[in-house]
Amino acid sequence: MIDNLITALGAEFVQLSLTPIVIGTLAAIACALPGNFLLLRRQALIGDAISHVVLPGIVAAFLVTGTITAVPMMLGAGAAAIIAVVMIEIVKRLGRVEPGAAMGLVFTTLFAAGVLFLEITDTSSVHIDVQHALLGNLESLIWFDAEGWGSLVDPAALATLPPQLPRLAVVLIGIGLFIFLFWKELKISTFDAAFAGAIGIRTRALGFALVVATAVAAVAAFDAVGSIIVIAMFVCPPASARLMTNQLARQVGWSVVFATISAILGYVLAGYGPGWFGSPYAVSAAGMIATVSGVILILTCLFGPQRKRTGQQAEA
Amino acid sequence: MGFGDYFISALFLQAGYNSALVAIGAGLLGLSAGSAGAFIFLRKRALVSDAISHATLPGVGLAFIIMVAFGSDGRWLPGLILGSAISSAIGLLMVEWITRKTRLTEDAAIGAVLSVFFGFGIVLLTVIQTMSSGRQAGLENFLLGSTAGMLISEATTIAVAGAMAAGFVFLLRRPMTLVAFDPEYAATTGVNVRNIDLAMMGLALIVTVIGLKIVGLILIVALLIIPPVAARFWTNQVGKMIGIAAVIGGLSGYVGAVLSAAHAALPTGPIIVLVAFGFFMISALFSPLRGGLASALRHQRFQRRVHRRQGLLSLARREPIYDGLTIRILRRAGMIRADGVATARGRIAAEKAARDEARWAMARRMLPDDSTIERYDGLTPIERMMTPDQIAEIDRMIQNAQTTQGAKA
Repeated sequence: MIDNLITALGAEFVQLSLTPIVIGTLAAIACALPGNFLLLRRQALIGDAISHVVLPGIVAAFLVTGTITAVPMMLGAGAAAIIAVVMIEIVKRLGRVEPGAAMGLVFTTLFAAGVLFLEITDTSSVHIDVQHALLGNLESLIWFDAEGWGSLVDPAALATLPPQLPRLAVVLIGIGLFIFLFWKELKISTFDAAFAGAIGIRTRALGFALVVATAVAAVAAFDAVGSIIVIAMFVCPPASARLMTNQLARQVGWSVVFATISAILGYVLAGYGPGWFGSPYAVSAAGMIATVSGVILILTCLFGPQRKRTGQQAEA
Repeated sequence: MGFGDYFISALFLQAGYNSALVAIGAGLLGLSAGSAGAFIFLRKRALVSDAISHATLPGVGLAFIIMVAFGSDGRWLPGLILGSAISSAIGLLMVEWITRKTRLTEDAAIGAVLSVFFGFGIVLLTVIQTMSSGRQAGLENFLLGSTAGMLISEATTIAVAGAMAAGFVFLLRRPMTLVAFDPEYAATTGVNVRNIDLAMMGLALIVTVIGLKIVGLILIVALLIIPPVAARFWTNQVGKMIGIAAVIGGLSGYVGAVLSAAHAALPTGPIIVLVAFGFFMISALFSPLRGGLASALRHQRFQRRVHRRQGLLSLARREPIYDGLTIRILRRAGMIRADGVATARGRIAAEKAARDEARWAMARRMLPDDSTIERYDGLTPIERMMTPDQIAEIDRMIQNAQTTQGAKA
């Protein structure tokens, strides 16, 4: 058993599993952080909408540039996310419809357009398809040049880390900084937009900045882990955290904890779990991470100390 | 035969029995989706159907695994539909349960159920890929829909189920309308709001599971949302709106299926959704009631009336006019000459406008609380709002005021 553990955490682990786990965790936290505020503002589904429109953005970027290098893809996806937010606003105003319907209309249409573009144009030379968009390729983000834990301090080996890792780290730091610097403003405008406006906080600009942060997180995470994790991490860890505490700072803390547990446990279960049942194959890590976050949510729904609405009896 | 010819012949059901049946099935599916979606839209729960549709995936996977375990090839459509119906029903109940039992809002519950069920479904699909038995190919088609190689029995199943769902909507239309508009009032008249809500979502569920094969589970929600949103532009009456939504949904399904039949390699779902979006764009732009073009025209007409009126008042007061648009409007109406001096017609119209304005001012002073006067928009001629007697009275008052002023001076 101990031997198993040591081999499991040996050189092979560093090479094959360490980077996907770290990338998955970074992506999960990057999505969960803005998710906290989206949840409290009842905009939880913005993340859903944005992650659907990332696909057409990437396809459009590919059609324009002819390559699938990271920068144009991220720019295309970011542009698509902003176009989607603007379109939602237009449909909402023009049709005077509820936000949910406007959102559903816009993101299904854009997603459909993305799929169709993908099928019509010849993308056989490059690796983008719908499957990839949904599932990401977490399992393939391995660290070829790693020879063991020692590689973590070896600059030559570190230089060959999958590029998604440093990119996500930068995005995570950026989002963390945004939330840290605008903590007070975000908090006040989330709980009492009218009061925030009265004391001079530019609530609309802040709301837009939050959506942009969400889009950045979605796009960066999407490239590495696919849209399922993105949607699940925007909603599930913050929702579970919401049932644990009444304080925003603690809620954000819990959401980071839950996102980390989901990413690590999900990856381990997907990669090693089938082996415990004697199957040589692994299952989808992205799907498993989403599943674990769902299990955590169910547990907090059942046992979370603050699961009730204020004023409801504990056992009502 | 070119694409165009093929499309035309398919549109009129002459491209073979199978594709005709698929097109009819898609049309009936769209019909029931549009009408069921109309109620969900009015109840403002459009995205609950998104959770329902994504929650079908684990059911599809589990049904496949179970059917393979019992020795079939796992692709029997009714079995897959049953599995997807059960798992999406569980998803729907989870959304309900989370919203009712915890402090989380419905949108959070929707997002959680949608992503977790879908993620779990993907896990099951990867399990299926590693299974040695069973013909697994084709399960991914449930994501985006495909009519290529569809069996006649499958098309018939979809057509019959679509027609039944449409009939179900027709039977439940009254209580559903009541609940969609005013749940409290509905409850007082003895309607069980929770059951009707569940029935509404159950309809979405039925539409979703029968639409899996044609539209796919990611995009089926579009068929529930887009037709009602488009229909809302054309009417303010609920009965008409449901009818229009049903027609738009039916046409989207039918035309989309025909288009994709002509292009077998393309997934059907996206095409149907884009056709539906086309109907939305047409509605949003050209509907006479709330369309963009109509409101732009209305706005322009109003703007012109305001400029004309203000221009005439300036003429009456012998003030120069600087605003370009006002000058253009008055010139075109023959009220002023090129040098800005009023023509005979212009002077008459200006006098009339000034008299009208004076009468309104006096009317406001005489009847400060009158609702007609409160609603005065600054444009309506007073003759249209008041009787000749009233106007004569107002004129008398103006005369009196002028004489007293003259006497003071």
